[in-house]
Amino acid sequence: MAENRIRFSATLIERGFSMGLMEETLKEQLGQIIIKEAKGEPKKADIDRGVILKILAFLSPSLLLVLWEIFARLGIVDVRLFSSPVMIFNTMIPMLYSGELLYHTLISVQRIILGFLAGAVPGVILGLSMGLFAPVRACLMPMVSATFPIPKLAIMPLILIVFGLGEASKIFTIAIGVFYLVLINTMAGVLNIDDIYLDVAKNFGASPFQFYTTVAFPGALPMIFAGFKLGMGTALLLIVAAELSAAKAGVGWMIWRAYDMFDIEKMFVALITLAFLGYIFSYLLEIAEKVVIPWQSNRR
Amino acid sequence: MNPTEAITIEKLTKIFYTRQKEVVAIENIDMTVREGEFLCIVGPSGCGKTTLLRILAGLEKQSYGKVIIRAKNPEKPLTSMVFQGESVFPWMTVQENVAYSLRIRGIPKNERLKIASHYLRLMGLEGFANAFPHQLSGGMKQRINVARAFVSDPEILLMDEPFGALDEQNRLLLQQELLKIWEGSGKTSIFITHSIDEALVLADRIMVMTAHPGRVKAIVPVDIPRPRDILALRSSPAFGALFNQIWQLLQEEVLKAKSMELKT
Repeated sequence: MAENRIRFSATLIERGFSMGLMEETLKEQLGQIIIKEAKGEPKKADIDRGVILKILAFLSPSLLLVLWEIFARLGIVDVRLFSSPVMIFNTMIPMLYSGELLYHTLISVQRIILGFLAGAVPGVILGLSMGLFAPVRACLMPMVSATFPIPKLAIMPLILIVFGLGEASKIFTIAIGVFYLVLINTMAGVLNIDDIYLDVAKNFGASPFQFYTTVAFPGALPMIFAGFKLGMGTALLLIVAAELSAAKAGVGWMIWRAYDMFDIEKMFVALITLAFLGYIFSYLLEIAEKVVIPWQSNRR
Repeated sequence: MNPTEAITIEKLTKIFYTRQKEVVAIENIDMTVREGEFLCIVGPSGCGKTTLLRILAGLEKQSYGKVIIRAKNPEKPLTSMVFQGESVFPWMTVQENVAYSLRIRGIPKNERLKIASHYLRLMGLEGFANAFPHQLSGGMKQRINVARAFVSDPEILLMDEPFGALDEQNRLLLQQELLKIWEGSGKTSIFITHSIDEALVLADRIMVMTAHPGRVKAIVPVDIPRPRDILALRSSPAFGALFNQIWQLLQEEVLKAKSMELKT
């Protein structure tokens, strides 16, 4: 009886009731009562931790830059090969002011966007068809499987012969790289759609076109975007290769030009621009994904 | 065909062929569904209830036999199905899901949202019109599922264990709501369930199926007047007697299904 009362009191205390005197006597009778009480304060500690992590994320690359500069000045790092942050910065500023950097960047951006669209649009359409219709898949899959593993750089000479030295060959090189990744992801996205959704569409009498618009396309969208992101990575890779041959401008051309002139600083400026472009493009895709796939935003 | 019959099924057989063997899902089913009737089908798991419904919905083709469906209004869709499990499109809002059949039929947006909103209100979903399904509970999703089928206004409503995955409380609520909306519509309906309780609450007649392969074992009329009140009904003596009768029929088949499972 007495024990029951003590247990009851103990739960009351655990739940945060203040029992003053009762608490004292309980501790005397039983040595093992554990009291867990929260007063509601750790919020501030969590915030502090978040701020510290952000500072760390900013500090570590900054520290690396500072070390690079110091080692360059001390002669530990060979500035003829690796330059130094200040030297790169000093090269970059005039290029920014003269518009030279912007000019080359915009030319590359244009090629990337056109190539991306030229690859992604047919990739999505064919991928949806191959995912939805088994005969289409049976016809096209062998060709896709056979040609997909060929490195895109290996067919660049062929592309140059077919499309000439102008813009078309550069755009096509990027398009072909993007095409395969989008196609394969889109098809996988459609194949992953639960059969029950196809049954629902069939049940309500959806036409083949309505299968595309109401089930296959929205159902595959998350995978389509995964394909877009992979495709964008490949596009950045291929732009440098495409601008190696027969180009007169572009970020990739800047790199090869700098190589010819042994202008290490300019080369680094181009590399930084590429990194920046990659960041911007993936950021834009991220935003587009949130807008286009609102039903996924809360799941993660 | 008798004019009071909405569906006549004659010698319906479905065989699934796999590489190793043939599986007879349903065999020689003969039955009729009357105009405006609510027919429940109960039977042990794997007895081909879903196959029968999928044949009626046109999602599967029978191997032998005949299905005759009488359409009063050729403008209306013949059947609509409420599927078992998660079948609400995750990429559409609640409202778009409910109005889906109207979109397929090319009805303009304003009009279809107006029709949908009526059923959203009936199923207690009006506050969630613009929510996405992943934000909702299982009970809410099944409400969408039911509303979607009713919106299409079919000649015949097919429901494949729509409340099977729900907890007891939600199941009772949804049964009540379904009764209300169905009694208002008077639609010929076929409803598959595992639960004898549920069948008794909803049905005009209950068809008991045999274990694998599925045949018609018995058809039991449920002479409980409508409109029905679930609570009063469940405590009535007629309910208990019918429950026993159906359980007797079903028990044999469930045991048979079990012993077959042991053999294979």
